[in-house]
Amino acid sequence: MNAIIFSAAWGIVMMFSGVFIKSKQASVYMAITGILLLFCVNTYELYTGHSFFNIATHDMLRTSSFNLSFLAVVHACTLLYFLLSGNDIRKVGEHVGEYFALLFFVLCGVALSATFNTLLLLFLGIEIISIPLYILTGSSKRNLKGNEASLKYFLMGAFSTGIMLMGIAFIYGGNTSASFYINQISLGTGPVPVMIVVGMVFLVIALSFKVSAAPFHFWAPDVYDGAPTVFTAFMSTIVKVASFFAFVRLFENAFGNFQNQWQTLIVIIIIATLLFGNITAIFQQSVKRMLAYSSIAQAGFMMFAVFAINDRAREGLVLYSAAYSIASIGLFAVLAKMNDYTIEGFNGMAKEHPVIAACCATFLLSLTGIPLTAGFQSKFFMLLAAVQNGHSFWLVIVAVLFAAISAYYYFRIIQAMYFKDTDTAISFNETISTGFRVVLISSAALIIILGIFPELLIGWLYH
Amino acid sequence: MGTYITFPELLLWLPLLGGIACFFMKDAKPVKAWSLIISLITLLVSVGSLLYADNSKYPTYNSVNYIWLKYLGNSFYLGLDGMGRILTFLIALGFPIIFLATYKNNYKSPSAFYGLMLLAQAGMMGVFISMDALLFYFFWELALIPVYFLCSRWGGERRIPATFKFFVYTFVGSLLMLVGIIYIYLHTNQRSFEDGTISAHSFALSSFYNASLSASDQNWLFWLFFAAFAVKMPVFPFHTWQPDTYDQAPTSVTMVLSGLMVKMGLFGVIRWLIPILPLATIKFTNIVMVLSIAGIIYASFLAMVQDNLKRLVAYSSIAHIGLMCAAIFAMNTLSVQGVMLQMFNHGINIIGLWIVIDIIEKQTGVKHISKLKGIANKAPVLTIMLLVIALANIALPLTNGFVGEFMMFGGLFSFNSWYAVAASLSIILAAVYTLRMIRNVFYGETNSLTENIKDISFNQQFVLGFIVLLIFILGVYPQPVIDLTKSAVTSLLKI
Repeated sequence: MNAIIFSAAWGIVMMFSGVFIKSKQASVYMAITGILLLFCVNTYELYTGHSFFNIATHDMLRTSSFNLSFLAVVHACTLLYFLLSGNDIRKVGEHVGEYFALLFFVLCGVALSATFNTLLLLFLGIEIISIPLYILTGSSKRNLKGNEASLKYFLMGAFSTGIMLMGIAFIYGGNTSASFYINQISLGTGPVPVMIVVGMVFLVIALSFKVSAAPFHFWAPDVYDGAPTVFTAFMSTIVKVASFFAFVRLFENAFGNFQNQWQTLIVIIIIATLLFGNITAIFQQSVKRMLAYSSIAQAGFMMFAVFAINDRAREGLVLYSAAYSIASIGLFAVLAKMNDYTIEGFNGMAKEHPVIAACCATFLLSLTGIPLTAGFQSKFFMLLAAVQNGHSFWLVIVAVLFAAISAYYYFRIIQAMYFKDTDTAISFNETISTGFRVVLISSAALIIILGIFPELLIGWLYH
Repeated sequence: MGTYITFPELLLWLPLLGGIACFFMKDAKPVKAWSLIISLITLLVSVGSLLYADNSKYPTYNSVNYIWLKYLGNSFYLGLDGMGRILTFLIALGFPIIFLATYKNNYKSPSAFYGLMLLAQAGMMGVFISMDALLFYFFWELALIPVYFLCSRWGGERRIPATFKFFVYTFVGSLLMLVGIIYIYLHTNQRSFEDGTISAHSFALSSFYNASLSASDQNWLFWLFFAAFAVKMPVFPFHTWQPDTYDQAPTSVTMVLSGLMVKMGLFGVIRWLIPILPLATIKFTNIVMVLSIAGIIYASFLAMVQDNLKRLVAYSSIAHIGLMCAAIFAMNTLSVQGVMLQMFNHGINIIGLWIVIDIIEKQTGVKHISKLKGIANKAPVLTIMLLVIALANIALPLTNGFVGEFMMFGGLFSFNSWYAVAASLSIILAAVYTLRMIRNVFYGETNSLTENIKDISFNQQFVLGFIVLLIFILGVYPQPVIDLTKSAVTSLLKI
C-alpha cells in the first residue's frame, strides 16, 4: 500500500518539478531521493506490517512478505539504475523531470500488479506499467528508429491489452461465483468450463506478450533496440520481472488448482522462448541487440517459476529478479556510456579500464550462471523448483543445455574485453566518474554476495 | 590446532586468499616470490595433514562444518579422508614444482597470472575436500573459471577458440551433473542440524549415499554424472577438446590441466558416481570399459603419428587416464588401489614431461619432433632426467609407473582377461611413441635449432631431480600411499 501511493505521489511531484526546478541535475537528485524514500517506506511495511494509509480496499489488494520483498528488490534495483544511469537519462532530452515522473508511474503500476487480488487490478497494474513505457520508448523525438519502436510497441501492446480484457471477461463469465477476485474462481463440478479455459489461454497470451516470451516476443528486439539505451535497461529488467511476478501470482492463486490443464502450454512457451532467444542472440553483432535477445532467453528461465509454482519457485523468482536486474542494469549502464555498440567495441577494455571490465565480467558470468554469482543461485532455485514439481523432467535437461549455449554469446564479450587487443582506445561519451565506478563495484559485489548467501534475500520472504 | 582451524580449511583458504592478494601486487618479482611461498606453505600444511591422518587420535583436525544454506539442507562441510589426502597432497606438491620450474618465465600482467593460478589451486582443493554435493558443484565449476582465463589470455595463437571449446564441453557436462545432483537431492532423507533445524532433504555426501533411487532412475542419472566426469578426464569420445587445449595453453597451465585437473574426473567417479549409483554402475560397467579401452588404443595410435611434442603428451595422457578409468570400473581391491597410486604417479610424471618440453620450447622456439635433433649432445643432464621420467611414463620396473600400472592390470585381468589384454597394448604402444620421440629429439647430430641449446639451470635441476627421486622412491616403496588410501578403497568396494 505504501509503495503504490508513495510512488504515484512522487511521480506527480516529479512531473511538476520541471516547472520550478530548471537544473537537470537537481531532477536526478530528486529522483534518487524519491526512490530511496520509496524503498524505505516499503521496507518499513515489510518489517512492521503497518501501512501509513488506511484505505478500505475491500481485499482487492493483498500485501504479504512475498510481494513486499519483491517490491523491495524492485526498488533497490531501480535505485541502482538511477545511480548508474541518472546522467544518461538526463541526456535523452529536455524533459528530465517528466521522464522520471513516468518511471515513478511505472513503479506504481509494478506495485499494483504485485499486490493485486482481483483481475481488474491486475489489468490496471499492467496498463499503468505499459502506457508510460510507450512514451519513454519514443522519448528521443528526433530518432526515427525510436519512433518506429514506440509505435510498434504501442500497437502490439494495445492488441495484447485487448486480448487480456477479453480473457478476463471470459473468466468472469465462466466463474460460477461471478467474481473478479482471483482467489474466488470456482469451477463447479465436472470438467473445467470452456469459458475458463479460453479465458486462461487469452491471459497466457497477453502476459506472455508482456514478458516477451515466445511466440509473442516479436516486438521485443525492435523495441529494445530502438528505445534509448537507458530506457531499454529499465524495460528489459524491472518491468519484465514485474510482469513475471504478476504472471506467477495470477496462475498460482487463480489457476493453481488445475495446473495439469495449462502446464503443457507453459512447457511449449518455455521451450520456444529458450530456443528463439538463445539461437538468435548468438548471431547478433550489436551488444545492445544481443542483450535484447538474451533477455528473451532469460525470460525462458524465469518462466520456470510459472511452470513449477512452489516454494522454491517463489524464492527463485525473487532471487532471479534481483540477479538478472542488477547484472543487466550494470551492463546497460556501461553500454550507454560507450560510443561503439558492437562487440568489437569492447576489445581491450580490460587493459584500459580494468575495474569496469571486471565488473562487466562479473555481470556476464552471473547471467551465464556460473557458481559464486547470484545468477547461479537463481538458476539453481529455478531448476530445483522444476524438478521438485515432478512433471516434464526432460524440460530441465533441455534448459541446462540452452544455458550452456548462452555461455557462447555472453563469453564473446568477456573474450573481447580480456583476450583481444585493439589499436583504437575505448571511447566513452563522457568521463567515467568515481561515483559511477563505486556504484558499479557495489553492484558486482552485490551479485557475488547474493551468490554466496542467497538467504539474505530469501529471508525477507519469510519475514 | 583442531579447535581453531582444521587442515581442510587451511588447504582451501591459503591459496584462495593468497591468490586474491596477488591481484593487488604490481611487479613480477614479488608476485612470483609470494605465490611460491604460499604454495610452499600449502605444501607444508598438506604434509602436516598426512602426519595427522589418524582420525581416531585427532578427530577434530580433519573436518569442519559451517552453516551455509541450511534451510536447503546444505552446509559448508569440508573433510579429508584417505583419497582426499593423497590428492590434496598431489595438488599441494604440484604447484610449487610448477612455480619453481617456470620461475624464469615472464608473463604479461604477472599479478593476474599468478593470482589465477592460486585460485585454480584453491578450486581444485575444494573439489577434493567438499563433503556436500552443492559445495562440490561450486568448487567443480570454480576450478574451471581461472583455468579458462589463464588459457585464453596467455596461451598460443589459437587459444581463444581452443579454450572456449574446453569451457563449453566442461560446462555442459557439469550442468548435466547439476541436474543429477538436484534430482538425487530431492530423493534424500531429511537432515537435522545441531541447532535443531530440520530440512526436508539433504545435500550431504552421506545422505547421497543413502538416497532411495530406483534402478531405472539410476540408469539415466548415471549418464548425467558420467558426462561431467568423462569430459574432465577425458574419456573417449569426450576427449576432443583436450589435445587442442593442451597445445594452446601456456605450459605451466597445461601442467595444471594434465597433471592435476584430470584427477578431478577420476576422483568424481570414485566418490560421487559409483557409491551413489551402484546399480547403474554394475549395469554400465561394460560400456564404460569398452569406451575406456577404445580410447586407450585410439589415443596411443594417434600419439604415434604426432609431430607436435605437446600433442604427443596430450594423447599419451588420454591413454593413461583411460586405463585408470577402466581400472576403477573393474571394482576390485587391486585395481582401485592401483588407481589411487597411479593418480599420484601420473600427476608427478606428466608434470615432469611438460617441464622438459617447456625447457626445449623456450630455448629453441619449436615443439616439433621433426625439427629437433641431438639435444643430448648439448644438454646431458636434461636428457637423463627426461629419460627417467619417460621410462616411468611407460611403466618400466623400478619406476613408480610400473607399480601402479601393474596393480591396475592385475585387477583388470581378474575382472576380464580380454579387456586386460586389449588395454595392455597401451604399454607397447607407449614404448613405441616415447622411444621414437626420445630418439628423434635427443639423439643424433645437432641441427641449427639445437646447436646453441644450454643445459638446465639450477632450479630446473632441483625440480626435475626431485621428480626423479620421487619416481624411484615410489617405484621401490609405494607402501605409504597404499596404506593411506586403503580405507577409501575398502569403503568404495563395500558397495
